[in-house]
Amino acid sequence: MSAPSNRALFLAYLQIGLTGFGGVNAWARHMLVEKRGWLTEQEYAETLGIGQVLPGPNALNTAIGVGVRFGGAMGAMACALGLLAGPMLLLAGIAALYDAYGQLPLVRATLTGIAAAAAGMVLGTAIKMGVKLRPTLPLLAVGLAALALALLRAPLPFVVLGLAPFGLIAAWWAMQPRPGRR
Amino acid sequence: MSEGDDLSALVWGFLGISLLSVGGGVAALPEMHRLVVETHGWMDDLAFSKRYALAQAAPGPNVMVVGLFGWHVAGITGMFAAMLAMCGPTSILAYAFCRLRGHLGGSVGMRVFERGMVPIAVGLIAASGLLLAQGAAFGTGGAPLAIAISIGSTVFVWRGRFSPLWVLGAGAALGAVLPG
Repeated sequence: MSAPSNRALFLAYLQIGLTGFGGVNAWARHMLVEKRGWLTEQEYAETLGIGQVLPGPNALNTAIGVGVRFGGAMGAMACALGLLAGPMLLLAGIAALYDAYGQLPLVRATLTGIAAAAAGMVLGTAIKMGVKLRPTLPLLAVGLAALALALLRAPLPFVVLGLAPFGLIAAWWAMQPRPGRR
Repeated sequence: MSEGDDLSALVWGFLGISLLSVGGGVAALPEMHRLVVETHGWMDDLAFSKRYALAQAAPGPNVMVVGLFGWHVAGITGMFAAMLAMCGPTSILAYAFCRLRGHLGGSVGMRVFERGMVPIAVGLIAASGLLLAQGAAFGTGGAPLAIAISIGSTVFVWRGRFSPLWVLGAGAALGAVLPG
């Protein structure tokens, strides 16, 4: 399979951005792995993993990783612009409509319903991710500490930088081979 | 405060948030809440949750909500400025990292880093969900209904394998039909 051109990358990500309801990662996988066959399942999972641990929007970081792989700097640009261009235009339209009609009772009530559902979506996703990780006890403690600190409204730098050493130690410890227990 | 002050506070705020947003845009929502609701008072709790709902109801990456916050503060200029601040520097970082990665891929250090940071990201995402649920519930008169929708949607997404669109659609229908 020959590497996709930057134009093909841009168009693929344009489509991913415009179809990606509820976050684009699942849609990106579908397009890149299943429809286009540019990446294997494993390659996509690795690229996504890196996109998730680097700071910044996951989907965008992943798009840049995909772009770099096939087209260097221009490829990264093509993927990033493709991903953001469609939703940006759409959202400008939605924001304008919201300014005009957002106070109508029916619109308000509907949006409150969507807001409550979207909140549950975030929470459900977090639980799903947490269960799938099957963390060791120390790693679980680090995750719960991040949750508690964020709920206590501790500033983000404090949470991330303060817990990072503990997370890394816990991860390192979890990955040590342990022939027998003391 | 003048418009220009708001715009620069917006840009600097999101710039700072982006560089520490491990786990992506959603994990950084509590920090965004601090910026746009608590520190600057640009909107209230309910407006914050509704901006997120709008962004979720539209296609695109989750980070688009930053554009809506920007729009609320300074119109279309604010939208582009906030998005650029949130995405620009981290994109350059991601680019540099992906270029270097050839040497690092699969190394032990990389795996420890990934495994150690992911729990923090998940904890932050869970906190975001609770914060959003609180915003949706206590900004309106319909708190019990909103809480019920949030709980239902949590369980549905956690246990189910359906498209998230069903959850948002059901939330919209319930919100519109029932008094609240």
